[in-house]
Amino acid sequence: MIEDRATQSARELTKSEKWFVGWHVIFATAALSIGIQYGPMQALQHAGVDLYPKLSFLASSYYQGLTLHGVLNALIWTTFFITGFLTLAVVKGLGRPLKYPWLNQIGFWMMVVGLVTAAIPILANKATVLYTFYPPMEASSLFYIGLVLVVVGSWIEGYGMYFTFYEWRKENPGTRSPFVVFASLVTMVMWNIATLGIAAEILAIILPSVFGWTAGTDPQLSRTLFWYTGHPLVYFWVLPAYLSWYAMLPKQVGGKMFSDSLARLSFWLFLILSVPLGFHHQFADPGVPAGWKFIHALLTFSVAFPSMMTLFTVVASLEYGGRKRGGKGLFGWIKALPWGNPSVTWQLLAGLLFIFGGIGGIVNASYNVNLALHNTAWIPGHFHLTVASAATMTFVGISFWLVPYLTGKPLWRPKLAVIAGWTYFGGMLLFSNAMHVVGLLGAPRRTPLGSAPYIPGEWAGHLWRVGIGGTIMWIGLMLFIVIVAVTAVQRKKLPAGVTIEVPIAESLHDVQDTPAWLDRWRPWLIASVVIILLSYGPQLYEQITQVQLTSPGFTP
Amino acid sequence: MSDETPQDDVSPSDSTDGDTKQHIHVDSYERNWIRISIGFLVFFVIMITIAGLALGIQVPTDEGRVDPNTLDTAPFWSEPGLREIVPGEEYEVYIVARRFSFEPRNIAVPKGAHVTFWATSADVQHGFALEGTNVNMMVIPGQVSKLAAQFDEPGEYDFICHEYCGLGHAVMYGTLTVEP
Repeated sequence: MIEDRATQSARELTKSEKWFVGWHVIFATAALSIGIQYGPMQALQHAGVDLYPKLSFLASSYYQGLTLHGVLNALIWTTFFITGFLTLAVVKGLGRPLKYPWLNQIGFWMMVVGLVTAAIPILANKATVLYTFYPPMEASSLFYIGLVLVVVGSWIEGYGMYFTFYEWRKENPGTRSPFVVFASLVTMVMWNIATLGIAAEILAIILPSVFGWTAGTDPQLSRTLFWYTGHPLVYFWVLPAYLSWYAMLPKQVGGKMFSDSLARLSFWLFLILSVPLGFHHQFADPGVPAGWKFIHALLTFSVAFPSMMTLFTVVASLEYGGRKRGGKGLFGWIKALPWGNPSVTWQLLAGLLFIFGGIGGIVNASYNVNLALHNTAWIPGHFHLTVASAATMTFVGISFWLVPYLTGKPLWRPKLAVIAGWTYFGGMLLFSNAMHVVGLLGAPRRTPLGSAPYIPGEWAGHLWRVGIGGTIMWIGLMLFIVIVAVTAVQRKKLPAGVTIEVPIAESLHDVQDTPAWLDRWRPWLIASVVIILLSYGPQLYEQITQVQLTSPGFTP
Repeated sequence: MSDETPQDDVSPSDSTDGDTKQHIHVDSYERNWIRISIGFLVFFVIMITIAGLALGIQVPTDEGRVDPNTLDTAPFWSEPGLREIVPGEEYEVYIVARRFSFEPRNIAVPKGAHVTFWATSADVQHGFALEGTNVNMMVIPGQVSKLAAQFDEPGEYDFICHEYCGLGHAVMYGTLTVEP
């Protein structure tokens, strides 16, 4: 049985499939390479070193740079990398081509058109509104239209994956779906459900106001719709990293996947619990009753549970691998892991930082405790541990096998890639810790602290750690970009007979022993819709029936 | 059955029992970890509930609406500032946030004052966070925000705008003075 499944996924991607995934990686990495240029500028500004006048060709203001930093890194790098990586996981995991390759092509190129459309007003300083859609501050309509195209394009890529899976399912009834495929589909379905909020916000509230069809917007309803999408967005970033940690990293360290069943269960819990908790971003909002905020706080706690399960399963899989490699004792297995492999190192360090991200997340979710940190520098300190560590460092780690797999070329300077991982990790520890500290002291987020008159001089030490940490992080990611770029364009090929394989770990237990109810979609989809209706329905009904589109738009 | 059988190591045991498909195999370590996880989360929920109910640390809630276009004629909002309810004890402040300043910008209350802060915005979204207190709220056009704090320590407390409201955002703040 095991052999059957092994041969089932033996099909490698065709050249055109590799190019298709490759284009995703090219656009993602290009966006990242621009987006990160603003990171050290912001961090050093906080420390009192203002590079903006000298680098005015990069950004006319701190806020234009911050918009580019947020949109390119958190929205474009992630979405393009994730859709490409999950396409690979579906095609490789099922061992069959996409059912309708043209559909995925349409989705992808729609994302590219959307990216260009949104980039024009951002670069022209007509959309310096950061990456949150908070009317009545309004950007050029092109900004919103472009980002809608990116989201819709990603939906279409998801549809292409569903059709492919459906075809496989018809031919293989009763067989457990391969975990990597299952996890990819859950991620795309969750994303599809979650982005309905932002789609409604842009199409029903923001664009009509920008075009002058309405007198203005309802800022409170807009925030509610935005955060319906805003928090699950975090899971869209993190779930593909979980996929890699659960099902790929164990293979890379010579181990197996510890529990296929619990991995699936945690993904189902993410599907049903990622969305109905957006009010925990709105604890400080005036127009949402405190009771609903409390309910969403409880739901946010419940979504912490599958993450804690993930922590156990991933560490257990790594321990199994470490012991098979000869690691002894309580911690010896950690040392025995292949730390010389940059793909492994970046992902292990990502997971380590994410433990702090998870703890901080529970603090954020804690209702009244949130008042101590809402909209302070703590928040960017926190999400740099999630999107910029758990997700980004894992995607970097994946790139270190993915780019050689796609190009047939060996990774350039793997040792330097390992050093880059430790560099970024060290920078993140400095930066993130200092951001958390100044946040608790009261420093606001999204603010050039170096020019804020109310920042006391005693904070200089922390702000210098922000500046130095941010600069070190930049060095780590610049090394990544150089390494993958040289890997892709070099003349050198992999030696004859050497091939790179997509690392997909076997399960420790027979996958067919995974209960059938963990491989059935309908009950979980119904549960997802029901929980959303219960947690959001009454408030959305209230806010929509009382909507007042009366706040006229403002440019920054 | 494997649901009930603890397994104490991470060896690849082939649980070949035929009828396991309805049960998830859960390793005993993992079961304990799940219990610990749930225990932690339940403990945290109890703590925030106590803080909310017994200590009265509440987040902002729905306080009604106000039209941002007619603040100049709206009761209270047309004249932002401090109102004395009980001299020396109970105060209210009405604050209008407008790019890039708060009105009033300076507030003075006596030591021991309990102050309720009412705020709204005349233009875009702003924030209002008062140093050293739990007063931290969004200030949104069309909505009324309200939180309160007790001031027993004399001194100067800055309140700052913590939501990006435009190019002058970084200089938007005010000061509350607690007089000895």
